[in-house]
Formats: sequence, structure tokens, C-alpha cells
Amino acid sequence: MTLLRIRNLTVEFATASGAFRAVDSVDQDIGNGEILAIVGESGSGKSVSMLAVMGLLPWTAKITADEVSFDGQDLLNMDPRARRRIIGKDLAMIFQEPMSSLNPCFTVGWQIKEALRFHLKMDRKARHARAVELFEQVGIPDPEKRLSAFPHQLSGGMNQRVMIAMAIACKPKLLIADEPTTALDVTIQAQILDLLASLRDETGMGLVLITHDMGVVAETAERVSVQYAGQKVEEQPVADLFNTPHHPYTAALLDALPERATARLLPTIPGVVPGQFDRPAGCLFSPRCKFADAKCKATPPPPLGTDLGHARCFYPLNTADRIAS
Amino acid sequence: MTDAPVMTAPSATAPVMQATALQRHYEVSGGFMRKPRLLKAVAGLDFQLTPGKTLAVVGESGCGKSTLARMVAMIEEPTEGTLTLDGKPVLPDDWADLRQSVQIVFQDPYGSLNPRQRIGTILMEPLVINTKLTKAEREAKAREMLQLVGLRPEHFDRYPHMFSGGQRQRIAIARALMLDPKVLVLDEPVSALDLSIQSAILNLLTELQDRLQLAYLFISHDLGVVRHVADEVIVMYLGRAVERGSKAALFAAPQHPYTVALLSATPQANPGAEKRRIKLKGELPSPLAVPNGCAFAPRCWKAQDTCRAKTPELGAAPHSAACFFPENAG
Repeated sequence: MTLLRIRNLTVEFATASGAFRAVDSVDQDIGNGEILAIVGESGSGKSVSMLAVMGLLPWTAKITADEVSFDGQDLLNMDPRARRRIIGKDLAMIFQEPMSSLNPCFTVGWQIKEALRFHLKMDRKARHARAVELFEQVGIPDPEKRLSAFPHQLSGGMNQRVMIAMAIACKPKLLIADEPTTALDVTIQAQILDLLASLRDETGMGLVLITHDMGVVAETAERVSVQYAGQKVEEQPVADLFNTPHHPYTAALLDALPERATARLLPTIPGVVPGQFDRPAGCLFSPRCKFADAKCKATPPPPLGTDLGHARCFYPLNTADRIAS
Repeated sequence: MTDAPVMTAPSATAPVMQATALQRHYEVSGGFMRKPRLLKAVAGLDFQLTPGKTLAVVGESGCGKSTLARMVAMIEEPTEGTLTLDGKPVLPDDWADLRQSVQIVFQDPYGSLNPRQRIGTILMEPLVINTKLTKAEREAKAREMLQLVGLRPEHFDRYPHMFSGGQRQRIAIARALMLDPKVLVLDEPVSALDLSIQSAILNLLTELQDRLQLAYLFISHDLGVVRHVADEVIVMYLGRAVERGSKAALFAAPQHPYTVALLSATPQANPGAEKRRIKLKGELPSPLAVPNGCAFAPRCWKAQDTCRAKTPELGAAPHSAACFFPENAG
């Protein structure tokens, strides 16, 4: 069943020098109990598209979409009060920087209990018991004591676990994790990723993992959506994406991984991600693509079919007639 | 372009820098009226840097790898132990002269460039302080360096904010190379960069090393990157080297349980790969309260009474681990 359904989502920011399109007609479906990874480099709009769903963008953002629905409810035209009852309860998010996302003036216990009070109307005793239970679940040792700690008294890994505990406090149906492990060490990253996967197994929630780390994607995700300069350029199940990428950008990104390197010098992608003023007329990747021709530079390619990973490309790789890339 | 006279390649095997039992301690205030406590950020480290080779230091946050970088770059003085450069001891009195030979590139390319200086000024600054070159010579050298790191001549008069992260890191590398150093300390040079930019910077570093015979001290937490760039690898845990070996040996047959755990925790970009993750118990202990015996013992699944009583030492073999019960031994 589709939990979150996004159709033709576009987000534009009003800047002093005109509108900047951060997300460009993105479609996305996330089902119950599914782990979807959204990968892309900085500026590819992967965080912004999910922040738009959460309604957390500043007023300078102009959000247009054909459909954004969560669990059958239209998020686009929902009044803010109704939205507040869903956000943080059924639809929760973990942010990238635990240190700056937690309020430094309150204990972590207070912050986690606030969600329980607001959404679940629990009494004081029940809140405390639930908070202790949540801390145990996310692997925070000595939970009774840690509940009265302030964020600055905890390490980054601990704070990230507090954020996760807070996000799963109300047993959300969909959890959006925005770079949940980027600031953490690998051994702690492994613990957090295991924790998220086991939560999915236990509660059947959907999980959206926003990341730029291909290793994390390969180990955690089931389906992967690749974004480039605001557009979704490809989407495939994880094994297929790594074995037979269809979009040249995906292929180039995978080739650039140091661990896949065969020679002393790594394959690189020339150029940079297009910005506000040098957005190409045709395919957004065409200035950096080694396969691009005049057609690519003139007309934007529409997404292809499911068998070709919805790749936005006129000349997809790894197809029946183009085996070798 | 590469007619710089100072960069003659020395004999390939002689180490340019050597560290023996290098230590750095900090005094941390224990609170009002209490005795200050001693934090051993680096507690005894031996290594050598060879021209044209890369020594990678890996470890998690708090293991002392950045302190090590600061000692090698002569920003901080070692508390104990000796550091020699070209056979001569590195003492604070001589730092001003020796710093020309050791330069450092920091992790954050946004914070390490002065936003109010033009790129040309940033690049010429080290020459103004350390050499007697004329203004024209300085500018010629800066422009040459700009080209060497893959930037265009028109970038000379621009300001740092006009560049992307990857380009800024190129500028930081160019600045580090202005004084023709023999040793380049790279403190997480690519961890702030995107994947497609990261590969370009790694390639640049490889090319520069081949061309200039630089010795790299490459500090990173990313084992994927280390596996690509390193010749030798040191794994650090709480200020100590727990394992040392050539890249091939260390990645093929890690000996120290911590290295094994670290490798198993690193996500591989291969969805078909078998996952056998070793879960470590507990947290990294505070560096103020390093456990007795082996520092890793409280989190180790093989720990026995010996480990908690005695501190294991790194062996003399090229690939050895500071462990009483190493994995893959023999």
C-alpha cells in the first residue's frame, strides 16, 4: 500500500536574483514497511523535497505539486492545525545535525516527553515510563539518568539516538531520516542503521533514508532514487541500481567510488552541478555527460518506463541493445 | 611547469620524517580546587614518512589523529618523544625554518581560507613571509601553482566565496604547496566534499605526489578512501596505534579486533556483499579515563584477564597489532 504519494512536486525559492528551482517535478511513492533511499550530491534537492512534505520550509519557498498525500490525506491543502497533529506522530523526521536540532535549554527527557504529551495525551507517569522504554530501545545506557541530561552533556552519537527516540516516540507510520549518520563514526553509524532497520522490521513503518553515502545505501535500502540538480533521474531496486545503472549520472557516480577503483587514478565527473544561472535547456546532466549529443542539450528527456528505472535519459545504459557502458 | 628547483627527488627509501614514541598530553581542569587531570591525546606513536609514499592514519573521533596532525605540522609541541625531519630533530626553536618543509591541508575548505583575501593574495602570502622573492616572482609562482592544481588563470583575482567546495580545497592544496614542502599533512581533505568532487581531489593528490615526490600523512576516518590512497596504514584507538601495516596486508588480514570491527562496520557499496557486522559493546571511553591494560578491552569480545592487566605493545614486524590475541595471526 502506498503510504506517501508525491506527484510532480516542484519547490522554488524566491531569491534576490530570481526564482531558484531546488526541486523539479519529482514523483515518489513510499509503501508501508519499505526502505527507500534518496541519494544525490549536495544541492540535488533531496532534503528540500522531504522538508516540503513535512511543511518545514521557510516562507520564501513556493511549493507546487499535483498531489502530495500521506496515508490517504492530502498534505498540500491541509490546514496547519490538522497538519500539526500528523507531523511528529504518524510522519516523523530525523535531522542531520543532532547537536543543533535539539533545544539546548531543555533536558532531552523533557523534549522527548513533550511529543508524548502533545500527541498521545499520556499522563506524567506513563510519559516517563515510555521515555525510559524508548531510550532502552535506541540503546542509550542508563536511561533514567540520561533523561535529565542536557544535549551538551551527551556525545553526538547519543544525541542522534535521542533524536531517533523522539522521532519514533509516537510509533510513526513513516520515518524520514535526513542523513542520520553523516556526523557519526562508522561503528556508531552501524549501530544506528541496524537500529533503524530493526525498527522497520518490528513496527512495519516506512523509512525514507536521505543520504549521499553509497555504502549506506547498498547496505540498508531496498529501493533507491537518485536525484540530480532537483530532478529524480533514476529509480531502481538497490541491487539493480548498483549492477545495471541506466542513467549515465548514476553510472558515473558509482564509478567515482574509491572502493570500486581499479586504477591509481579514479574516474571523475567533469564540471559541477548546474546552479541558478547555468541551468541547461535540455538534460540537466548533459554538460557533464560523456554520451550527450545535440538532442540531449536541446530537449529535456522525459522519464522512461519502470524497466529502465524511470531514467531521464535519451540513451540509457545497460539496456538490451546497449550492454556495455 | 615543474622546473621548481627545490623539489629534487631524494633517494626513494630514506624517510623524510621520523617519529619516535611521540606523545601529547593536555592538562584538563578538574574543576574548582581540584587537581587538573591529564588527557593523553597521543600516547606514544612511532612512524616514518617516506617521499612519494602515503601513510594513512585512521580512527574514530577522539582517537588523537588530529592532534597527531598538529604535532607533525608543528602547530603543537610533543610532550614526549622525538620528531626528526631529514635526520634533524624538530625543536620549537627551529620551527620557523622547518615549517616550510611541512604543510597542512585542513578538512573544511570553507573555514580555512580568508574570505577577505583574493586567491592570488592567499597563495602569495606564504612567500611574503618566508622567502625573499620579488613581487613579480611571487606572482609568477602563484599563477604557476594555480595551473598545477587545475584552476584557471582568471581565478587569481577572485575571492574564496566565488568557489565551490572542491575548488576551495584545490586552493588550500595550492597554498600548502607554495613553499615546496616535503611533507604534506592532509587532515580529512575530502570528507567535506561530494562524491564526484572527492574523486577529482584524490586524483589531484595522487598526481601531485607522483610529480613532486611528496610524503603524505593522510588522516581520515573513511576506510574506502584510505584503501585507495594509502601505502601504509596506522589504526589508532584512544591515542595509541593498535595496528600498523601495509595497506594490502592490513585490509586483507586485519589482526587487531578493533580493526576487524572497524572494517566490518564500514558500509560497502555492494548490495550483494555478505554482511557480517561486529557489534561493539558500549561507547568509546572518555580519553580522561582510559582503562588499564588494553584500552580496547572493555569493548572487545576476546578480552581476557591478561588484556585488562597488561598493556599490549605493537610488535616490530612490518604488519603487527598491539593485541595479545590477534585475529588472522600466523
